[in-house]
Amino acid sequence: MAGLLGLGTNGLLALLVVVLAAIGFYIARSRALNSVAGDARGLHSLPSYYGYTAIMLTAVPSLGVMMIWLLAQPLFTENQVFGLIPDQAIAEGSSRNLVMSDVRRVAEGLDIAVARGAMTEEEAGSIRTEFTDIRARLGEVGVALGSNVQAEVLNAAQRYRELTSAGRLWMIAFVGLLAVAGFAVSVFLAKGEFRARNTVERGILLLLQLAAMIAILTTVGIVLSMLFETRNFFSLHPWTDFFFGGSWAPNFRGNSDLSILPLLWGTLYISLIALTVAVPIGLFAAIYLSEYASAAVRSAAKPLIEILAGIPTIVYGLFALLTVGPFLVDVFGRSGLAGLGWMNGATAVITAGLVMGIMLIPFVSSLSDDIINAVPQAMRDGSLGLGATRSETIRQVVLPAALPGIVGAILLAASRAIGETMIVVLGAGAIAKFSLNPFEAMTTITTRIVSQLTGDTDFASPETLVAFALGLTLFVLTLGLNVLALYIVRRYREQYE
Amino acid sequence: MTDIPNSGASPIPVGSTGRSSILAVDDRTRRRNRAEARFKMYGVAAISLGILMLLILLTTIIGRGVGAYQQTFISLDVTLEEERLDKNGNRDLADIRKVSTFGYGPLLRDAFEQKVAELGLVTEVSAKDMADDLLSAGARAELRDFVISNPDQIGETESFEFLAASRVDGYLKGRVSRDTIANDKKINVAQLDLVDQLMEQNVIEKRFNMAFITGSDASDARPEAAGMGTSMLGSLFMMLVVLVLSLPIGVAASIYLEEFAPKNWLTDIIEVNISNLAAVPSIVFGILGLAVFINYMHLPNSAPLVGGLVLTLMTLPTIIISTRASLKAVPPSIRDAALGVGASKMQSVFHHVLPLAAPGILTGTIIGLAQALGETAPLLLIGMVGFIASNPPDSVASGLLDPNSAMPAQIYEWAKRADPAFYERAWGGIIILLVFLVTMNTIAVILRRRFERRW
Repeated sequence: MAGLLGLGTNGLLALLVVVLAAIGFYIARSRALNSVAGDARGLHSLPSYYGYTAIMLTAVPSLGVMMIWLLAQPLFTENQVFGLIPDQAIAEGSSRNLVMSDVRRVAEGLDIAVARGAMTEEEAGSIRTEFTDIRARLGEVGVALGSNVQAEVLNAAQRYRELTSAGRLWMIAFVGLLAVAGFAVSVFLAKGEFRARNTVERGILLLLQLAAMIAILTTVGIVLSMLFETRNFFSLHPWTDFFFGGSWAPNFRGNSDLSILPLLWGTLYISLIALTVAVPIGLFAAIYLSEYASAAVRSAAKPLIEILAGIPTIVYGLFALLTVGPFLVDVFGRSGLAGLGWMNGATAVITAGLVMGIMLIPFVSSLSDDIINAVPQAMRDGSLGLGATRSETIRQVVLPAALPGIVGAILLAASRAIGETMIVVLGAGAIAKFSLNPFEAMTTITTRIVSQLTGDTDFASPETLVAFALGLTLFVLTLGLNVLALYIVRRYREQYE
Repeated sequence: MTDIPNSGASPIPVGSTGRSSILAVDDRTRRRNRAEARFKMYGVAAISLGILMLLILLTTIIGRGVGAYQQTFISLDVTLEEERLDKNGNRDLADIRKVSTFGYGPLLRDAFEQKVAELGLVTEVSAKDMADDLLSAGARAELRDFVISNPDQIGETESFEFLAASRVDGYLKGRVSRDTIANDKKINVAQLDLVDQLMEQNVIEKRFNMAFITGSDASDARPEAAGMGTSMLGSLFMMLVVLVLSLPIGVAASIYLEEFAPKNWLTDIIEVNISNLAAVPSIVFGILGLAVFINYMHLPNSAPLVGGLVLTLMTLPTIIISTRASLKAVPPSIRDAALGVGASKMQSVFHHVLPLAAPGILTGTIIGLAQALGETAPLLLIGMVGFIASNPPDSVASGLLDPNSAMPAQIYEWAKRADPAFYERAWGGIIILLVFLVTMNTIAVILRRRFERRW
């Protein structure tokens, strides 16, 4: 029946709970009304609150438990099965994690075979590698396995399936029980003196709190997922090479040089070029808009410049790769206008840096604009009253007063530049090296994260796992810059408010 | 600013008469005024430079992308010969299916040869080279699909408009010329001469190409057939997930933080967290998605569902920040009035404050969605890139769970391919993406203008 609806067991269970909750709403409400002989004035709360109590008690705990169960079940099963794989089943050059992914594939294959009717449930639980060619049988139902199935793997896969299906049964029983219990309690409670509104409101407050917690959960998830894999990486690769090594040369046959330093250099170099473009333009634009421009110019120019901030970074990436890069080659390339022969390819530090600079202009300008506007008018008036020109006032009074905020804005822009991905992936190239020549291709932390984690990845090799260490470094770096920037901006604000 | 001489520090200059006059402008004033004008000019230059960049960017996008909406078509009359397509003559679909796309090649060659003879054109190009190099590689499959869906037409002569090969298309659009094809194996000068002749006879024509907007991505060999449609659906399903998850969660979190949260360390942590999450690089969210949703929870790779989940986490801070701002904008008197007539705190928020803040919340949500729609980097990590979906999804479940790409990821994929014919499509894709973004932002602005209340 679950298959008929196209929902799967879990979807059907959730649907049943929801239906039960809806029934509960009507029963609880009419029971509450009946208890006071249909006169709603005799109730503590409005009648519908008794119904909401039923919905809340029936659906929320059971669906919540179901979600947690679905998240925790794989972890529990994996841990159980993990221990079942004997050491000798792990081939040379392989790892327990790789064997585990084989186990999962075989288990999934058996599931599909049973679902398609190619195998009975009993057969799937009892077949042995000695008697059946598992690979061929699974191949018939469209599950391709890379190699022949070892007896241990099949055993583990069967155990995996047993645990999964047992877990599913327990979950159905538990969730069903919770829903029915919540339903019964809420219907039982639905009487005149029951404080339904208070109960419902307490429940809603709890849900609101949970929603606010998701922000924390996300951060914890980011940190934990990266920390965990980074630890795996450092157990396979010396941390000294990562932090202090001199070269980046991943080699999927092993023995790679995986040092962050050349990538960090590329990242910082490109960010530096981007900031040299964006900071003067952005700052002068902000000064002009806030100090000189008439209201009409301001209301036209400010949104126009801010459009630059709304353009997706992929567009800038394409612009770098296909327009700015070739243009720079035309000027600085071998047969270029300047005849200098400095640039060999369209992807280079300067290409990515220039385009990223354009992207950051609105970022610098609108942040600085806010900060310059926050400088009290009295300071300007005082300076102008002493006979200073406008530019003297700006340079000697307004900018020094706004300086901490502007530094904060520049730091925020720098953090954006360091974390920017698409422009450097398309515009900067893929060669990791220390060089001062901006016309050469270089690579960055974000580019390497993308290249190490796309395509065929093997989560047991340091070449893949290094991406998590890179990601963690990036996270710490940008977080540090942000915290610093916010700290500076906040301190500055205290002065004038 | 160091290049500007610091005029304030110079000593008071002495004029030729030894005294300064208020009638004659002295050197120092002149210098200061010049510095003033210069400074102002720097500002004007910065603004103009910014706007110039925007104009260059937009003209580049439109100039290079507009070509993708036109495609070259070749009209041919193909005789669907019975002895080739249905040897038994019984119109049995199983038999017709046995003829592979390869078997349709001769029909196209005959049709091409016949067309050239009919028009009395003189060419040294063989019929095989005409059909194979001038027509898209997908023409045979197109013909086969037609025959399978209309088996009754076998034996008749039908008019078709086939896509031209990408080199021919490029020739019509000026991307390919006789000079650039010196080493090209896919086309030669004689073939281009034939194309010129066929253009005069209106057999080869450039027309608006709907397939670019509705179609799917195509393999490396057929840039002429690649379209954005399927990846648009991928983006649509992702945005659905983002909307369904981030709007309720974001609004709930904002209501708690703005209306109920006590001032304690926990709420402080949440606040700091949200402002920091807003500044975390998007690729880090991709790593999170890969590690948690794919590796740990075993959700399917490349699925819009996973992309939607990752983008939800990314959009949440934006939505929370804007929702809190619009909740804050509702004056306390509304809350006080509700409480005064006996509403509970919860009722005052849900019955009065939230409806009044709704336009602002909606505006913030639309802007958050627009941001998520253009995001590429996290999608690369969860595998929503590459030549994945050749058919549009046929149901909501398959739309959410089957591998698909998204608009920005599709553009990235085309930008990475070797054939320059794909670049035109990448720019064309950007036009579609920008049209969506402009529409969403316009709706947000209109909502804000119409419903914003000043208290």
